[in-house]
Amino acid sequence: MTTHHRIPRRRVLQGLAGAAALGALPRFAHAQAGPFRIGLILPMTGPFASTGKQVSAACRLYMQRAGDAIAGRKVELILKDDTGLAPETTKRIAQEMLVQDKVNVLAGFGLTPLALATAPVATEAKVPMIVMCAATAIIPQRSPFIVRSGFTLPQVTGPIADWAAKNRIRRVFTMVTDYGPGLDAEKTFHARFRAAGGEIAEAVRTPLRNPDYGPFLQRAKDAKPDALFVFVPSGEGLAVMKQFDERGLKQAGIRLIGTGDVTDDDLLESMGPPAVGVITSFHYSAAHESPENRAYVESFMKANNGMRPNFHSVGGYDGMHLIYEAAKKAGPGASGEQLVEAMKGMRWTSPRGPMTIDPQARDVVQTVYLREVKMANGKPWNVEFDKFENVKPVEG
Amino acid sequence: MIGNLAGVLFDGIAYGSLLFVISIGLSVTMGLMNFVNLAHGAFAMVGGYACVLLMTRAGLPFLATLPVAFAAAALAGIVLERTLYQRLYKATHLDQVMFSIGLVFMAVAATTYFFGPSQQPVRLPDFLRGQVQVAGLGLGAYRLFLIAVVALVTVALHLTMTRTRFGAQVRAAVDNAVAAAGLGIDVHRVFGVTFALGSGLAGLGGGLGIDVLGLDPTFPLKYMVYFLLVVAIGGAGTIKGGLVAAMILGICDVAGKYYVPQVGSFIIYFLMVVLMIAFPAGLYGRRA
Amino acid sequence: MSGGAAAAGRALPGRPDDAPALPSDRWRALEIAFWLLVVAAFFVFPQHRVLGSQILITGLFALSLDLILGYAGIVSLGHAAYFGMGAYTAGLLAVHGWGEPLSGLLAAGLAGAIAGYATSFLVVRGADLARLMVTLGIGLMLYEAANQLGSITGGADGLSGVAMWKVLGLWSFDLAGTTAYVYSAVVLFLLFVVARRIVASPFGLSLRGVRENVKRMPAIGAPVARRLVAIYTVSAAMAGVAGGVLAQTTQFVGLDVFGFPRSADLMIMLVLGGAGRLYGGLLGAAVFMIAHHLLSDLNPIYWQFWLGLLLVVVVLFARGGILGAADTLVRRAAARRARTR
Repeated sequence: MTTHHRIPRRRVLQGLAGAAALGALPRFAHAQAGPFRIGLILPMTGPFASTGKQVSAACRLYMQRAGDAIAGRKVELILKDDTGLAPETTKRIAQEMLVQDKVNVLAGFGLTPLALATAPVATEAKVPMIVMCAATAIIPQRSPFIVRSGFTLPQVTGPIADWAAKNRIRRVFTMVTDYGPGLDAEKTFHARFRAAGGEIAEAVRTPLRNPDYGPFLQRAKDAKPDALFVFVPSGEGLAVMKQFDERGLKQAGIRLIGTGDVTDDDLLESMGPPAVGVITSFHYSAAHESPENRAYVESFMKANNGMRPNFHSVGGYDGMHLIYEAAKKAGPGASGEQLVEAMKGMRWTSPRGPMTIDPQARDVVQTVYLREVKMANGKPWNVEFDKFENVKPVEG
Repeated sequence: MIGNLAGVLFDGIAYGSLLFVISIGLSVTMGLMNFVNLAHGAFAMVGGYACVLLMTRAGLPFLATLPVAFAAAALAGIVLERTLYQRLYKATHLDQVMFSIGLVFMAVAATTYFFGPSQQPVRLPDFLRGQVQVAGLGLGAYRLFLIAVVALVTVALHLTMTRTRFGAQVRAAVDNAVAAAGLGIDVHRVFGVTFALGSGLAGLGGGLGIDVLGLDPTFPLKYMVYFLLVVAIGGAGTIKGGLVAAMILGICDVAGKYYVPQVGSFIIYFLMVVLMIAFPAGLYGRRA
Repeated sequence: MSGGAAAAGRALPGRPDDAPALPSDRWRALEIAFWLLVVAAFFVFPQHRVLGSQILITGLFALSLDLILGYAGIVSLGHAAYFGMGAYTAGLLAVHGWGEPLSGLLAAGLAGAIAGYATSFLVVRGADLARLMVTLGIGLMLYEAANQLGSITGGADGLSGVAMWKVLGLWSFDLAGTTAYVYSAVVLFLLFVVARRIVASPFGLSLRGVRENVKRMPAIGAPVARRLVAIYTVSAAMAGVAGGVLAQTTQFVGLDVFGFPRSADLMIMLVLGGAGRLYGGLLGAAVFMIAHHLLSDLNPIYWQFWLGLLLVVVVLFARGGILGAADTLVRRAAARRARTR
């Protein structure tokens, strides 16, 4: 994987130059002449590094395909690692990017607390903050400068609850990871499934750092539900699938349903045949049938050593699209407010399908698909079989 | 829920077996060389990635990769012991901690460089997948296999320690390295071989554990606490202590998640604090 | 285990030249130079004040660990417990309408002290490994507790809405970190003076006695357990203040304030700088965090390799951390001068 980032020597020199201008407090007026800078903050190391890898790869791919200039003004992508653990690090990097690199847009944000900690920075600096991955519903409410390009958990959870209720699934055991998005998924699933006449057999929450899903799945098996609903963070799906298979839940007549994190495209090949038949609802599948997606998947895999793009990657890709289009529309010298204004209501066809930025919520309105894992060319894919159009980020 | 007790015990023993085989090397290096090796998990990771590499690139079956996992980790162990670790046997524990954490950081980054940050797959042979019915109880075939392998390893380890000349030398060196050296035992060599053996077992555990613990570059950090727990609760330097501690941990972890999933990992930590206060030198520690 | 007492002794950074007399309390030129550097950094690197303030906060946190580890010989992998208590105390106060920073810090220190006192009885018993695991367990349990009490702490999403008032009614926390830097530096300096006084007092000397030989101290009439409880409480209070400053300057508290990585990194920083020297923690925090910053700028994906290499190299070539190695060099040079004379 190739990387291109700024060389810090220049920064040291800037620091020294700053010494010359003693006492002159940094200002946030964006230089009109310099390049248009996008500050990308992602977990590139640590437990969530796979998310960072997918998103950064997608952002580079976008720049490669769309060119590295907007209306004649050069675009620079500055990638920094926040390790995905400490909110104060993410916030500090954002502050440094504003003070020192004079970025025009902040983007990335792998997890909810990291995005929430940074929100006040965007507000104070009046700079758009594109949330590409973090998926807890509340995020955009924390700053008028936040625009989300990824998805929200309530958005993608609703359809699978409706599907389950319509497909003779009466009792469901739910298992979610114990953090913001997991709780969102649990809440939405319970509400929708109960409203449709279903029954929740039991609900368990697994710790975020969890070595072994076995005991939880055994408990699910012993509760004898019709189906098991699962939400886990990106990267954990493999472990769940293994234990689901090993413990014979399928043989016991329990269906596995969930949001698409469970059959994450990044890991689906590793899961292999046991994943076949899993039904999920999600906003993106690498197997989505459209010319945009075929081109996207092909060039993504070519540029990244055969790695399949997953749902986080489209969050990055569409986030870049949003930034590019807004900068084109508002002019390359536009202020942060003007950029956010230009993003509101924007509508386009992404590799994931049609999507809109809700002008009030500054959040994604998109099509959510029902998918089943099927083998094609010897490999498992999430094949879409139904869709719900224009799903709001938070279902009322 | 009582009916599931047997199943929970079985899963707990399987999990404990895995913890035991990975941690025992750490326990021995702490007891024998008085070395706090926080990089122990990195040797388990070496074994795990050796397995994955041989399965995906060379197409070897899973079982055939396990001896290689042992050998690869043992080799890494002996090389590092001779070049770096042995210089630090006389250093303070704090220096040892910093050194081994440094090694972990390097291992994590190097693994990410070569294999990427994602979880690695493992293809088990068909006879190790699914469940076996024993007396009306569905037992995971792989966990059964895991227990069997670790039982064999434990017996072999026990025999090595009690019946062989090398075992006698190790025990002598654990009791008093200076006196052992005075008796003409090549303590230097004993340290090296023991370190390699411990690393090899961790590597074997890393390979066996892919299916249960997963495998990604952060493995050594993710499970460091668990390995330390086994050593601290069991008492450094004893095989029996390590075994008992690993079983307690395995069973309590599984039972806690199964019976009271809402309290999460609380149980393990609570148990750890209580045990450490009751037995400051570990269950089978030499000194109180 | 070959000689447990020797093992315990070896775990601690001992200085052969530790004189049994009360250390001189005069500020040495090097010390003054160090604090002048802290001031100079503010002007020389105006664009790095946020990083600077976080280094100062971590330095304070490392100083608190040094009091128990370097001076009393208590190893801890769970010091984040008290840091976290302080952070949540200061954070929650501000969330619920009391955003005055200084009183918030007092409350944070108090919370750390109470938590430290309550848990000190579990920690002061036992040997190195037991202490490591007990402190680790306390930290992890508090992490779980904060996660479970989501309605109060915000759970895994973190505590946001920490609205701070102006410091002394004059300076608000700004984007460039100017107020944060000065605020952190002043708090660090004041607590450093306190720590310096403690260490140079008869009480501080008795702690060193405990570190060097825990069995002989009762024989000369020093109540070992009580001394350890006292220093542990002071250390926890200081960690609480550090957590409070972080919460106030970041205006956000995440669950990770209790996390194991924070405790582990802290110990690494202290050892890197050199334990038992007061300045070791400050220096270690600065070197570790600046190295992290520069390396991850150079390579956001594989920087950990180089940071790890740095640690390994320091251990191999500079035993006792940076200050320990500097000490050795100075002593060697002095010996050489004495020989040539």
